[in-house]
Amino acid sequence: MKAGHKFLIGAVVIVGAVSFLMFEGVRQTGVYFLTPTELQQKTTADTTFYDVGVKVGAKVVPGTIVRSADHRRIDFRISDGTTEYPVTYTGTVPDTFTDANDIEVVVEGRLQKDGVLHASDVLAKCGSRYESVPQQRA
Amino acid sequence: MTLLGTFALWATALVSLWGAVVAFSGQWQTRPELRTSLTHAVYASLGLLLTAAFCLWQVLAAHDFNVEYVSAYTSRNLPPYFLISAFWAGQKGSLLLWAVVLALFAALAQWLTAKRHADLLPWVAGITSATLLFFVLVMLVSANPFERMAFTPDDGRGLNPQLQHPAMIIHPPMLYLGYISATIPFAFAMAAMLTGRLDTGWIHAIRKWTLVSWLFLSIGITLGMWWAYVELGWGGYWGWDPVENASFLPWLTMTAFLHSVMIQEKRGMLKRWNLTLIVITFLLTIFGTFLTRSGVIASVHSFTQSPVGWWFLGFLFVAAVWSFTLLYTRWPELEPEAELESMVSRESAFLFNNLLLVGIAFSVLWGTLFPILSEAVQGTKITVGPPFFNKVNGPLGLLLLALTGIGPLIAWRKASPANIRRQFYVPGGVFAVTFLALFALGLRELAVVMCLSLAAFVFATVAQEFARGTRARMRMYHEGWGVALANLIARNRRRYGGYLVHVGILTYFVAFAGAAFRVDRQVSLRPGESAEVKSPYGWTYRFTHLGVSQYDALNRVVSAASVDVTRDGKSLGRLVSEKRQHVDAFKRPTFNPSTEVGLMTGLREDVYIVFESAVGSTDQANYRFTINPLVGWVWIAGCILTLGGLIAMWPGSGIGPKGAGLAPAAQGGYAASLAGAGREG
Repeated sequence: MKAGHKFLIGAVVIVGAVSFLMFEGVRQTGVYFLTPTELQQKTTADTTFYDVGVKVGAKVVPGTIVRSADHRRIDFRISDGTTEYPVTYTGTVPDTFTDANDIEVVVEGRLQKDGVLHASDVLAKCGSRYESVPQQRA
Repeated sequence: MTLLGTFALWATALVSLWGAVVAFSGQWQTRPELRTSLTHAVYASLGLLLTAAFCLWQVLAAHDFNVEYVSAYTSRNLPPYFLISAFWAGQKGSLLLWAVVLALFAALAQWLTAKRHADLLPWVAGITSATLLFFVLVMLVSANPFERMAFTPDDGRGLNPQLQHPAMIIHPPMLYLGYISATIPFAFAMAAMLTGRLDTGWIHAIRKWTLVSWLFLSIGITLGMWWAYVELGWGGYWGWDPVENASFLPWLTMTAFLHSVMIQEKRGMLKRWNLTLIVITFLLTIFGTFLTRSGVIASVHSFTQSPVGWWFLGFLFVAAVWSFTLLYTRWPELEPEAELESMVSRESAFLFNNLLLVGIAFSVLWGTLFPILSEAVQGTKITVGPPFFNKVNGPLGLLLLALTGIGPLIAWRKASPANIRRQFYVPGGVFAVTFLALFALGLRELAVVMCLSLAAFVFATVAQEFARGTRARMRMYHEGWGVALANLIARNRRRYGGYLVHVGILTYFVAFAGAAFRVDRQVSLRPGESAEVKSPYGWTYRFTHLGVSQYDALNRVVSAASVDVTRDGKSLGRLVSEKRQHVDAFKRPTFNPSTEVGLMTGLREDVYIVFESAVGSTDQANYRFTINPLVGWVWIAGCILTLGGLIAMWPGSGIGPKGAGLAPAAQGGYAASLAGAGREG
């Protein structure tokens, strides 16, 4: 067998391994990224769609943040304008997570049967992380 | 100043338009004065853009808040040295920086290689001018940093607190230097194809320039890790964020190129592959810019959504179509001059290394784009995060690490069994001993044990090379070992610099392995209370909360939480973590509060504390205590790699009269062996 052919076999093995790892990686770690409305549609269409890892991108409903006495647990509600979900989270929230208007968050977690999104991670994105619009002050 | 700046930008646009038109018209081939004018156009663009940069710094320094960019990124109370980084804190300024750096590289390419590549340079000038024209037009049409507003705020919004860090003064320029200089090898490759002079001359120019880009990019990425580690407060330094991935992708393809180019120099093989890698590297830099500036992918680093991104997509498309068409037309002339002779040869080791690097690049690209791809195909967005990247790149990275050791030792063409025995006897033994020792120490995680043992193996291969070379010199020239070692490196810079880079890479891997042992604990403490954390080395850290103090600093209100740290009862001192509320000169808050971590760095482990929040307005504080083993080695790895890279690219042939007769391996200078390794984080 020529070396070129042997190399080709090796190459096929590597390409195969990369593809396999990628396929398995997506299968095992892929997470749905949904809006609250899409999440609701999913659960209506498929009643077993609970306790599945999801990421939900939405805005914090202003004024709904409730912190427990030691500030460890945080309950709040998220909404995309049409659908609202309560969220409960124990852990650290980023500095950008506040009660102000228009705070976009990505909540990663699982929706339980009780209709509450149990979050394992909360990312807050303020639209102007690095870019900012000058505030019009008088 | 803004008028002058805008004028300089318009003038640059005209000058680079001239450069591009003259170059691509081909008229310079018969008219020497046009040829000179081309070179002058490149220099003029640099002069004009430097003027524009000077203007931007002037308005920043003058606190001219009527200028939109100045009021958006600075404030009266911003420490002066951060005015430097405010230059590239935003979209517009960073585009200007991009243009300046591109013009600088374009001018350097014309100036440094004026004689050697005289036949290619006019084309190179054309390609760099066209790219520059694109950047300047983007600025003029939709992101002019000199834009004024209809009103003048009394103070600016200030610089994002997370950018107020020394790393931010050098990290973006370094990354940009790496990113942008990738344009030069691309321009040379295109010029070679345009002229049809596909001999070995152009490959020399491209290799040198790629090494430069690669080195800057490596430094930039490492500085970015440092910034993320000390500023973002999540305890890690690499999160597979789209922006991080965007910088990692061209790094991977450049690393692949730096290896496969050796096969071309030595054996005349892989010409098509090498050109493709160069083109892809350039396209990836543009693609990365598109990703980070268009907002199509959510990222913590993203600039806001803006039309600028779509400009880049258009440019990417045009550049891709053009360069691949050119490659296609030259395809028949790029026949390989030799064939692979054996599977057990350096060629084949390098080929596998290339496949792995490109495979890793592909999987990283795939993972980054997966939300878009899955939405397009399935209608639902599916995201993949760090677990995906670690799962895929862990095994691939380890394979690559193994090849880092194997590649440089194995003979060209066909390795004989004797060659293999001679080269791998010692390193193979080191690998086995390390593996068993780690196992005996109680480490059971196969990935970690493999990573550390392979690192030891690679280290042994490099040490063996240095030892053999030094010994040979000591015998032949009767030099002492110090002199022999120094001469060895000085006379084979590419080869031994490359080996040092390998040592840097394996050091990164060792540091990444440490991440598996990270310990994290979150607690809420009242003053006087303490918490204990066990480190993976078996030590017990004890953190005693001392209290929270509040004070005003230049541009911020600070709440500082302090802890006393002891290890096994021995005091290590005090650590402070701050919550900062930045304010403008009128004490109005700007930005959301930010966090400063408290950090104690050591060779074995870092103690990393974060003051997460105060409980109400009491002195009780919520902390996160993290023990981060081996993180310090990431920065050491960066230094080793930089040193190796500098040695490898130092000008001159590196082969002196004495070295000429040294060892056959030293001739031909093929062995720069700049292998890379994949996994970051």
